[in-house]
Amino acid sequence: MPELGKYAAEVSLAYVISIALVLGIVALTVWRSRRVRRALEDVEERRRSNG
Amino acid sequence: MANTSFWSYANPTKFMATTAWLLPVTGWLAGICLVVGLIWGFFFTPDDFRQGSTVKIIYLHVPSALMAINAWLMMLVASLIWLIRRHHVSALAAKAAAPVGITMTLIALATGAIWGQPMWGTWWEWEPRLTSFLILFLFYIGYVALWSAIEDGDTAADLTSVLCIVGSVFALLSRYAVNFWNQGLHQGATLSLDKDENIANVFYFPLLVCIAGFALLFVVLVLAGTRTEIRARRLSALLARERMA
Repeated sequence: MPELGKYAAEVSLAYVISIALVLGIVALTVWRSRRVRRALEDVEERRRSNG
Repeated sequence: MANTSFWSYANPTKFMATTAWLLPVTGWLAGICLVVGLIWGFFFTPDDFRQGSTVKIIYLHVPSALMAINAWLMMLVASLIWLIRRHHVSALAAKAAAPVGITMTLIALATGAIWGQPMWGTWWEWEPRLTSFLILFLFYIGYVALWSAIEDGDTAADLTSVLCIVGSVFALLSRYAVNFWNQGLHQGATLSLDKDENIANVFYFPLLVCIAGFALLFVVLVLAGTRTEIRARRLSALLARERMA
């Protein structure tokens, strides 16, 4: 761990918030992608089975 | 002969086929650049003689602020393509870019406030660059809200495109406010082609890697989001057809 001196709290907080926001948008994108893809596959499967 | 022009990617099938292999490649590159750049910047760069260790916030603040503005400009180009050529993929790409832009703007605002407090003695100041950035953030929120509020996809794309054009004034102001008004707490541009004005190389190189990482991350998230929007549009068309049958 680098020596952050008297600004350790500020620097750490900036990194924690930013990484959390990046991970949050990545997780949200993956979650919505999977949800929509599954729903589309279900509908297409239903249409195929109904002829 | 295969159609290889830029406009051929307006075809959703071609867009899906191309991004299917492009997405993982760009994703890996984004991850590598972000991990290398942030570890390099956080662990292996010295403190600044004036700002101390807070200079390490630069590796988050500058790339996110750049991408917050560039995301809106990308949305502007996509919106203009929609308004002029009516390509659905471009409207959906603009829609997919907005949440990523919001995230980048939030990171820039949060890291700016955290950096500003020890350096300026205040978390916030109503000065040109900060204020125009906050207005840009509100435009992002309004843009996403407008997409959600209108059920018809084409009407939503039309109205959000107009909103995007209006908001572009603040995106440009956020970028050039320090040049227009020589006032306020915020410093001038961090990066410069002038060697004397540019930051020292020891900070500059890891910063470039972080900028590349944030830019690639933006591309990945927009491509993934656009693929989802294309699928969502097909899903709602199929469901509508089922209801009518």
